[in-house]
Amino acid sequence: MPEVLKAPLVVEFPFTRSLGPVQSAFLTGLRERVVLGVKTGDGRTLVPPVEYDPVTAEEIRDLVEVAPTGTVTTWAWNHEPRRGQPLGTPFAWVLVRLDGADTALLHALDAPGPEAVHTGMRVRIRWAGERVGAITDIACFEPYDGESAEPGGHDGTFEDAVHGIVAHARLDYTYSPGRAQTAYINALSSQRTFGERCPSCRKVYVPPRGACPTCGVATSEQVEVGPGGTVTTFCIVNIKAKNLDIEVPYVYAHIALDGAGLALHGRIGGIPYDQVRMGLRVEPVWSEGARYPDHYRPTGEPDADYDTYKELL
Amino acid sequence: MTRDIALVAFAQTDHRRTSEELSEVEMLMPVLHDVLGQTGLRTADIGFTCSGSSDYLAGRAFSFTLALDGVGAWPPISESHVEMDGAWALYEAWTKLLTGDADTALVYSYGKSSPGSVRDVLTRQLDPYYVAPLWPDSVALAALQAQALVDAGETDEPALAAVGARSRADAAAANPHAQLRGPVPQGDYLVRPLRTGDCPPIGDGAAAVILAAGERARELCERPAWIRGIDHRIEAHGLGVRDLTDSPSARLAAERAGAFERPVDTAELHAPFSSQEVVLRKALRLGDDVRVNPSGGALAANPIMAAGLIRIGEAAARIHRGESDRALAHATSGPCLQQNLVAVLEGDPR
Repeated sequence: MPEVLKAPLVVEFPFTRSLGPVQSAFLTGLRERVVLGVKTGDGRTLVPPVEYDPVTAEEIRDLVEVAPTGTVTTWAWNHEPRRGQPLGTPFAWVLVRLDGADTALLHALDAPGPEAVHTGMRVRIRWAGERVGAITDIACFEPYDGESAEPGGHDGTFEDAVHGIVAHARLDYTYSPGRAQTAYINALSSQRTFGERCPSCRKVYVPPRGACPTCGVATSEQVEVGPGGTVTTFCIVNIKAKNLDIEVPYVYAHIALDGAGLALHGRIGGIPYDQVRMGLRVEPVWSEGARYPDHYRPTGEPDADYDTYKELL
Repeated sequence: MTRDIALVAFAQTDHRRTSEELSEVEMLMPVLHDVLGQTGLRTADIGFTCSGSSDYLAGRAFSFTLALDGVGAWPPISESHVEMDGAWALYEAWTKLLTGDADTALVYSYGKSSPGSVRDVLTRQLDPYYVAPLWPDSVALAALQAQALVDAGETDEPALAAVGARSRADAAAANPHAQLRGPVPQGDYLVRPLRTGDCPPIGDGAAAVILAAGERARELCERPAWIRGIDHRIEAHGLGVRDLTDSPSARLAAERAGAFERPVDTAELHAPFSSQEVVLRKALRLGDDVRVNPSGGALAANPIMAAGLIRIGEAAARIHRGESDRALAHATSGPCLQQNLVAVLEGDPR
């Protein structure tokens, strides 16, 4: 088996999320160095606060300020911080019950080592220098052996409240396409096109994905198809795609390569867009060093008879 | 409940650190063919198909539609998918069979963790406002739970190490598909108090089962594993709202599934971290006379999105083989056992 193809794949997305009224007040509060909790029906104070009572599912809106000091309820020493985590140096993950709250908040604790951390230890918030209305406005917690801070009496009403957050996410992958597609891509780079035949229904899949979706069995018999093919159907593209250096209008077509059991997509060139037709015979045009055809152009053969490709639209 | 429904076949891949030479469907197809072969069914005979997987794992959008190629979905089949462990796909299939709309169901799930960094990928399932921006990885959250258990006197590091050692010894003895078989060093802290030995292997794998109702089940399997009850429950998403040393959701699901009505002889628990087995044994009231995770459990092989379905499949397979008469199977989802599914399986009296 030839070596498996691999390529880096980065999935990156900024989610813009709107906030409910309780979340809005809590995150705006962090910006102003105020920590708010919310009262539940049974009289508990939840920090971080949520929009609905976790027990009764009732809407809850009664905000109360709690202290920036609190007690560690559990912890875990993280000696190798990972991307995106609150601190770049070894730290403890902690759940902290702030003074005045009945539930605990997850964050990081900046401590010299695991021997300096224990459940029940007293900590306080270290505020981020630049605060925008996000959970990261708390830079981390730090050990604190002073008195409990007295919470102010903030009611959660702010000028210029934040109503949304932008949550950035990035995940890194190494993509490998599997056996069938690896063989297909490797063959393409030598300007040949291979499909795979279903052992049951005999259909030749191009590009092959390793399975016949009709029969649910593995395909493995390699079958060279093309290079010529027939336009089975097409559309005229009139809107220029971003970062695409092709003049519009152009034709994008379904092309059934000779011997293939289904059509693949490709651009048609070398002919005015309004002369492309179903049945047009085409062949691939390769640009220097490319791993796949740049486009397909007419071969000059007579058009294919409809009956030869009517199942391949 | 008007119909008896049973697992009549189970298959799984070998679970490996990477399956980079295979696409998802290429990895999945052998187990689909295996369960069909066990029952003599063809894909066209299956009344309902349901799968569980997550595109985040391998970073491939709509990978579950490509995986359907392995089923033979043309002409169009009755099909559904959950972005959850396959145990929840099995739950959906069970309800479908209960309605009488189908007599047989194919349930499968697969996970390829190898293309990405699964500790980071799993942060994306967390509360996006207060938690996900801090990127607390899956091991860190499990470690917070483990420390809470240590603080509460429920376990200690040697006891946790013993859970991992027992799991991998059981896998060596009885599970050729497992990724970790036999002694594995307890290793260094990954996130203290959890060491590498307390954590599941990261790997790729797939599993499939076939469900059948009533007499159909008896036709397809010599000793069907009847689903006597199945239920799933979820806890609050806020970690700081929960008591991490207990699992009221697992206990309630077990109660609703009828697990406490009579003792079980076997339990397959989906506890990816050693500390979570401690929580589940307590919540599910499993005594020392119950054989826990004879397959080695998730500490021996943890193909994410399939490991829960595999627990149900392993429990059923023991009933098929006559090694169990009444088994509890458990699957979990989310951080620190947030959501739990419990099924109770029984074989006909021998």
